[in-house]
Amino acid sequence: MNKKNPLLRNNGVQTFITSIICIILGLIVGFAALWIINADGAGQAILGVIKNFFNKPTSATRLQYFGQTLVKTAPLLLCSLSVLFAYKVGLFNIGVAGQYCLGVMMAIYSGYVWKLPWWACLLLGIIAGAASGALCGLLKAYFNVNVVISGIMLNWISLYGTNLLLQAAKEKTGKDTVRLLSKAKQAVLPSLGLDKLFGDKYVTIAIPLAIIMAVLIWILLDKTKLGFELKATGNNVNAAKYCGMKENRNIILTMVIGGGLAAMGGALYYLSDYTQWNVNASSVPGMGFNGIAAAFLGGLNPLGAIFSSYFITHITDGGAYVDLSHYCAQIADLISAVIIYLCGFVLFFKTLINNRLRKAEERFTAKERDAVKAAEVKSEGGNQK
Amino acid sequence: MENYAIEMLNITKRFPGIIANDNITLQLRKGEIHALLGENGAGKSTLMSVLFGLYQPEEGVIKKDGKVVKINDPNDANRLGIGMVHQHFKLVECFSVLDNIILGVEPNTAGFLQKKEAREKVVALSEKYGLQVDPDAVIEDITVGMQQRTEILKMLYRENEILIFDEPTAVLTPQEIEELMQIMKGLAKEGKSILFISHKLNEIMEVADRCTVLRKGKYIGTVEIAGTTKEELSRMMVGRDVEFVVPKDPAKPTDVVLDVQGITVASKSHKHKNAVNNVSFQVRKGEIVCIAGIDGNGQTELVYGISGLEPLKGGRIEFLGQDITKMPIRKRSTMGMSHIPEDRHKHGLVLDYTLENNIVLQRYFEPEFTNAAGFLRKDNIRKYAERLIDEYDVRSGQGPITPARAMSGGNQQKAIIAREIDKDPKLLIAVQPTRGLDVGAIEFIHKQIVKHRDAGNAVLLVSLELEEVMSLSDRILVMYEGEIVGELDPKKTTVEEMGLYMAGAKRQ
Ligand SMILES: Nc1ncnc2c1ncn2[C@@H]1O[C@H](COP(=O)(O)OP(=O)(O)OP(=O)(O)O)[C@@H](O)[C@H]1O
Ligand SMILES: [Mg+2]
Repeated sequence: MNKKNPLLRNNGVQTFITSIICIILGLIVGFAALWIINADGAGQAILGVIKNFFNKPTSATRLQYFGQTLVKTAPLLLCSLSVLFAYKVGLFNIGVAGQYCLGVMMAIYSGYVWKLPWWACLLLGIIAGAASGALCGLLKAYFNVNVVISGIMLNWISLYGTNLLLQAAKEKTGKDTVRLLSKAKQAVLPSLGLDKLFGDKYVTIAIPLAIIMAVLIWILLDKTKLGFELKATGNNVNAAKYCGMKENRNIILTMVIGGGLAAMGGALYYLSDYTQWNVNASSVPGMGFNGIAAAFLGGLNPLGAIFSSYFITHITDGGAYVDLSHYCAQIADLISAVIIYLCGFVLFFKTLINNRLRKAEERFTAKERDAVKAAEVKSEGGNQK
Repeated sequence: MENYAIEMLNITKRFPGIIANDNITLQLRKGEIHALLGENGAGKSTLMSVLFGLYQPEEGVIKKDGKVVKINDPNDANRLGIGMVHQHFKLVECFSVLDNIILGVEPNTAGFLQKKEAREKVVALSEKYGLQVDPDAVIEDITVGMQQRTEILKMLYRENEILIFDEPTAVLTPQEIEELMQIMKGLAKEGKSILFISHKLNEIMEVADRCTVLRKGKYIGTVEIAGTTKEELSRMMVGRDVEFVVPKDPAKPTDVVLDVQGITVASKSHKHKNAVNNVSFQVRKGEIVCIAGIDGNGQTELVYGISGLEPLKGGRIEFLGQDITKMPIRKRSTMGMSHIPEDRHKHGLVLDYTLENNIVLQRYFEPEFTNAAGFLRKDNIRKYAERLIDEYDVRSGQGPITPARAMSGGNQQKAIIAREIDKDPKLLIAVQPTRGLDVGAIEFIHKQIVKHRDAGNAVLLVSLELEEVMSLSDRILVMYEGEIVGELDPKKTTVEEMGLYMAGAKRQ
């Protein structure tokens, strides 16, 4: 058999290749958009996006900005884990954005108003998101309400709930919540020296924690009895019930874990104190939706999600380096949006590759067959002599 | 040159790990009924799916009326007048019967549905061919038999000329089968050409003109039915002689294993009726009790009630002396109850799981397959699956790692049977266990069931197939409209007498 094909057939390899294709395509389309708007600065601009922190002059600042990209990767990774976990077990968690909000809400509130330590804030944040997930799951399990519908509803409820509650943690002037580092230091995540390593105070244990979660989710899905049950339930509720699994519990549990992951993302991000919540926000955070793109770009694999989340953050961050004398301010968002959009096409390209492979294989085996036949004819001829 | 409606010439179709069709030629005459026979996994469904445009063959051509045609998808097939009833129905579960029938060819004026017209046509067709359906019932609520009839109506509605029936009779009652045979003969007389897959040799002998036999993906031969016998056909197909009736000693029933006391189960499709009404019976160690009856008389719900898939509305069930009326399914299973479900795709399998994962579906939580920390012991799962695959001759492209979805219907069934019998249950509930199995596999499974009985276990068999009922059971309970209307001794009764009970004409 053709030697290259088995490798290409490998799911992991396919995911990798298709992800790369998507990324390149995204960059090309992004470049085209820039070029159409203003041909002069296009090359410069797209390079700026790709280079992101490499645009910085010194290695110290590069490292610092790399650290900040990582700070933003952690919440995205958790959101994408939430999406892919639910997806793998047959549910589409579009409520990530709302669950993320709830994580932020409880984290900041309990940190600033109740003065709880960081781990309690984190825990309460996770619980809030998990509870919201549980609600979705309950509605699905007992009333067969589509999780997409309830997820979208809960997104808005959560957003405005968060805005409302965090009025209590607002700075006197402006519309943002307080800086935890100045007002509630005990709630800020510890760094364990990571801040020194990167030369940036916002780099905390959020990053290793997020990576650990990715590994845990991978293990859960792939290696454990619980994962076996959850996936079976997601794929065929009736069969799950038939073989005695607690199918309703499993649906709810899936959403609880999904909600908890997303909320953990929100809590970790805001407990790093890298940013402040705008209590007048009128749209749900994009993190939840980028999480969907990251999940697919990572081939729906928790370990793949680590890299895809980083890439998407890298590109979004890199948008800041587009020269604003050539382009309007929104261009950065537009470019990263285009690239992220194309990232969703991983499955599409995968199917394409598989079809191609099949055709190639068919041609190959047909040839092989002809060759064998020809050889047979020859040897038969030889025998007769 | 002969006049063929369809010719499939030198078709080869491969799947990962297996050549499903290896250089197969099949020629269908106009107006004939052509049977396709072969063991489970021989490649029958694959060949038909190629004809219906679901798969593209790697080699070979298809000719219609002597002209080469390319069938890229079912739409092409439909345009060429080819219709297919699939082995596993392709119906939209939450649509009504009528909507399923007209799906894709909805009559409309300026984009607005004209359902009335469609309904009339469907009703007319169903009357003409005696295919009883309720056009407004939703698919997920109706019996498998009615789903089947919906599929057939779908083809007739589209006025297809070449009709493919992939194991249509596997799910029908004897009466329905008889009717279907008449329908097929009528259709053939009208000039339609029919391809008919069945594992039941009697049916082939009765209805077909010719029969093509496949074995392990290869073409074995085509014979005229008039000049052959059942035995010869099965020899062509399996490569050896097959015993049609399994020898068994008289039963020696002992202790009661299952004691059903006046149970009532609500009906899903009719709000105010009970599917099972005040039913009582016992099954003892060492006997095979069979529930016979026409499909849809409450057998399905009775089994749901006993296995715990549906709650009881009334009554009590004792299993091994314990009240299990409210016991969860898992508990019943670990106590020693096994259940070969009626619908293998709905309950029996997680189609996206591999064969090995499906094989441990009832046992994955046992210490052998999950360690104390909750991690799966994958090598034990693999070993166990390999043993069962070997013992029960479950054939597939890639062995334990084949996705269940990619297995032939009969082999999916064998995997389920293997899983349920190997659990060594005290009570084996087997609903249509041999549905879709080839004669060789049926012989094997029947032997397993008898062996299981002889080892001192109880078997509750639900079957629509009278032959199976007669040959396998030690006691027959006939169900009619949710009630048990008679208890018969298979040695003393006749198929005719049983038929009277089943039709409600007689009761004890
Ligand atoms: N979609 C698929 N992908 C991979 N392998 C497949 C697929 N469909 C069928 N096969 C394999 O091809 C072989 C032939 O399957 P097919 O369904 O045609 O058998 P069959 O003769 O219809 O058997 P049965 O009587 O059990 O229905 C089987 O070994 C099966 O595992
Ligand atoms: Mg088949």
